[in-house]
Amino acid sequence: MQNKSFSEQTQDLIGKWVDFIKDFRAQMTSIHVDRLERKWINITLLTVCLLVAIITIDAFWHGINPPGKVETIDSAKLHLSKEFAESNLGVQLDGQGAIVIRMVAGRYSFFPKHIAVPAETKLTFRWVSMDVLHGVHIPMTNMSTMIVPGYVAEITTSFPKPGEYPVLCNEYCGLGHNHMWSNISVIAKEDWKAPAKIIVNKEPDNG
Amino acid sequence: MVNAAERKLALSHLWVAFIAFILACFMGEYQVLERSGFIPALESPTVYFASVSTHGVLMGFVLTTFFIMGFGYYIATSSLKVPVWNIKLAWCGFWISFAGTAMAAIPLLTGKASVLYTFYLPLQAHVAFYIGATLLVVGSWLWCLIMLVMFSQWKKANPKQPVPLAMFATTANALLWLWTSAGVALEVLFQAIPLALGWIDTVDPGLARTLFAWTLHPIVYFWLIPAYTAFYVFVPKQAGSYLFSDEVARVAFILLVVFGLPIGFHHLYMDPQQASGWKLLHGIGTFIVSLPTLITGFTVIASLEIAGKLRGGKGLFGWIGSLPWSNSMVLAVILALLMLILGGFGGIVNASYAMNAMIHNTAWVPGHFHLIFAGTTVIMYFAIAYYIWPLLVRKPLFSNSMALIQLWTWFIGMTILSTPWHVLGLLGQPRRISTVVYNTLLTLAWKPYELAMIFGGLVMLGSACLFIYNIAKTQFSPVSATDFNQEIEYAEPYHPVQDVPDYLNDFKLWNRVIAVLMAIGFGVPILQFFFMDTFGSPAWGL
Ligand code: HEM
Ligand SMILES: [Cu+2]
Ligand SMILES: [Cu+2]
Repeated sequence: MQNKSFSEQTQDLIGKWVDFIKDFRAQMTSIHVDRLERKWINITLLTVCLLVAIITIDAFWHGINPPGKVETIDSAKLHLSKEFAESNLGVQLDGQGAIVIRMVAGRYSFFPKHIAVPAETKLTFRWVSMDVLHGVHIPMTNMSTMIVPGYVAEITTSFPKPGEYPVLCNEYCGLGHNHMWSNISVIAKEDWKAPAKIIVNKEPDNG
Repeated sequence: MVNAAERKLALSHLWVAFIAFILACFMGEYQVLERSGFIPALESPTVYFASVSTHGVLMGFVLTTFFIMGFGYYIATSSLKVPVWNIKLAWCGFWISFAGTAMAAIPLLTGKASVLYTFYLPLQAHVAFYIGATLLVVGSWLWCLIMLVMFSQWKKANPKQPVPLAMFATTANALLWLWTSAGVALEVLFQAIPLALGWIDTVDPGLARTLFAWTLHPIVYFWLIPAYTAFYVFVPKQAGSYLFSDEVARVAFILLVVFGLPIGFHHLYMDPQQASGWKLLHGIGTFIVSLPTLITGFTVIASLEIAGKLRGGKGLFGWIGSLPWSNSMVLAVILALLMLILGGFGGIVNASYAMNAMIHNTAWVPGHFHLIFAGTTVIMYFAIAYYIWPLLVRKPLFSNSMALIQLWTWFIGMTILSTPWHVLGLLGQPRRISTVVYNTLLTLAWKPYELAMIFGGLVMLGSACLFIYNIAKTQFSPVSATDFNQEIEYAEPYHPVQDVPDYLNDFKLWNRVIAVLMAIGFGVPILQFFFMDTFGSPAWGL
C-alpha cells in the first residue's frame, strides 16, 4: 500500500486522464480522412448542431416540450378519487377561469363520450386510464398523448378550427381497440357556453 | 474456402429466417386486405390482431435474429479464415432460439398472445409467449458470445493487425445486441413472466415502457448493421471499385453502437411517466446518431462514383448510368439508398417532438418503418442472400435476371404500399386497427389509400415468392457442386490500411463509454420508479 496524500492522488488521476486524452487525440488524428469526406463530415456535424440547437432553444425559450409532468394516480380506484369521480369528468372551469377537461379512458371508450369545447382557447386536458395502456389522438390536431395506467397525462393545447372531431384511441388496448372512440365538438369561441357547475379545486387526492 | 460444417450452420439459420419471412408476407397481405374492409367476409379483429402479432414477431424478431446470426457466422469464418469457435455451442444457440420461436408460435397462432410484438403490459399474453421470446433471445446471446470470442482470439493471434472490417462490424453488432436486449430481458424476467405466472399481482406499466424503450431504438441498428456491413464490404467490390475509407467505416460503426443505445425515449415523447428533460436529452442523442448514417451514405455513394468513373462514366451524374445495374448487389444498394433518403425525411418528422404530436401512433409510423425496415434493410438482406447463397451451396445462382426483377418489384411494391400509408397517417388514421368502424366522415377519405395498399402489398408478396423460389432453385438444382469455385470477395480499401489505431480496432473503451451513457440516460429515469409512490396495474386479458 502506498501512502499518497489526497492531492497527490488527484494529481495522478488528472495526469492519467490527460495522457488518455492526448493518446486518444493522437490516434484519432492519425487516421486517413479524405479531404472531401472531411468536408462532408463537417457539414453533417454542423447540420446536426443546428437541429439540436433548434430543439433546445424551443424547449428552453419557447417552452415547446413534450408532456412530461410525472404525476401518479391509482388507476384501480379512480371512482373513489375526488378528481376523476364520474360526476367530476368533462369540461370545467377552475378557480381562475381556465378550462380543464378531465377524461377517463377505459376499454372501449373515452368518458364522457361527448364533450364541447371552445375554439382558439387554451385547454388543459387531464387523461387517465382505468385499465390498460391507451393513446388518444384528435386527428388533424396535436392533441395527442399516451395514457399509461398509474399516471395522469396532462396536455395543454388549443384548437384553431371549429368543427366535429372524432377522438380516437391510437394504442392497441385489446381486441376491441378499433371500436374505441368518442366525439368532441369544437365550437366557435363566441358561441361556447361555460358549463354550469364550476368545480374549483383539484387537490392531490391519490395516496 | 469455408468448411461444409460452417456453411451448413449459416444455411440453417438463413432458412429459418426466410421461411419466417415468407409466412409473414402472406399475413401482411391478408392484413392490408382485412383493414380495407373491401371483403366483408374477412373482417375479424380477433384474426387480424393474432395475425399482426405474428407478422410483427416473425419479421421483427425471427427473420432478423436468425438472419443476423447466420450471416455473422459466415462473416466470421470467411473473413478471419478460421473455423467457427465452438460450433457445438453455435448449434446449441440455434436450437434454443428455434425452440423459443416454436414455443411462442403456438399462443400467437391460437390468438392467446395477440398483444403485438411490443407486448405492452398490463395486457397479458399466455406465458408460453414470453418464455418463447426469451429463449429466442437467449439463443442469440450464445451467438454474441461466439462473435466476441472469435474477435479476441483473432486479435491475440494477430497482434497489431487491423481486424477485417466485416468482422469488426459484426462484433460491434454482437456487443450492441447484448446491451440492447438487456432492457426487454429485464422487463420480461421481472415483470411479464412473474405476472403471467401469478407470482406478483401488479406491475408498473410506466417502468415496463421505459425498459422496452431501452430496447426499441437500438434494436433497429441491430437489424440495420448487416445492411451497412454489406454497403462497406461487398458493394464497392461488386460495383468494381474500392472501399472509400476503411477507418471512417469503423468510426461510423462505433458511433452507431455508442449513440444508438442511450436514446430510446424518443419512443416515449408522448408518455406521462418520464419528464421532459430526459426526453430532450434523448432527443438530442437521436439527432447525433444520424451522423454515422450520413457518413455511411457518403462513403457508399463515393465508392459507387469511383466505380462509375472507372467504367467510363463522365460528369457530375454520368457515372450513375455506367454503374453495373445488372449486378444484384449494386441494384439493391441504389434502391436501398433511395428508400433510406425518403425514410430519412420521415424520420426527421418523428424525431422532432413538436411535429411528432401530429403523427404519433398514426398509420404514418408503420408506413415509415416498412419503408426503412422492410425496404432498406430487407432489400439488403436479399442482396446478401443472392451473393452468399451460391457460395454456401457451391452452385451458381439459379437466375440473376429473376433476382433483378425481384429487387425492382420489391422497391416498386414498397413505394405503392408505404406512400398511401404515410398519407393515411396525416389524415389521422391510427395504426394497429383492423376494419374501420368509426362513424365519421373522416374515414371516407381513407378508402382510396387503403385500396392502393392492397395492390402494393400484392406486388411485394409476389416479389417475396420470387426470392424464395430463386434461392430454393439455386440450392436444389441438379448442378454438381464440384465445378463451382467462386470465393467470397471483400472490398479493398482505396488507401490500404496498415495500422489502425487501437481505439478503432477494439471495443473495450467503447464498452465503457456505453456504460456511462446508459447510466446517464436511463439511471435516474429507471430508479425514479423505486423512489416515487407508484400504483401498479393488475393483468388484463385480451
Ligand atoms: C408483403 C409485404 C408486407 C405487407 C403487405 C405488410 C403489411 C403490414 C400491415 C398491414 C401491418 C399492420 C399495421 C397496423 O395494423 O397498423 C404490418 C405490421 C408490421 N409489419 Fe408488415 N407488411 C409487409 C412486410 C413486412 C416486412 C418485410 C417487415 C419487416 C421485415 C414488416 C414488419 C412489420 C412489423 C414489425 C409490424 C408490426 C407493427 C405493429 O405491431 O404495429 N412487414 N405489416
Ligand atoms: Cu385502444
Ligand atoms: Cu427509435
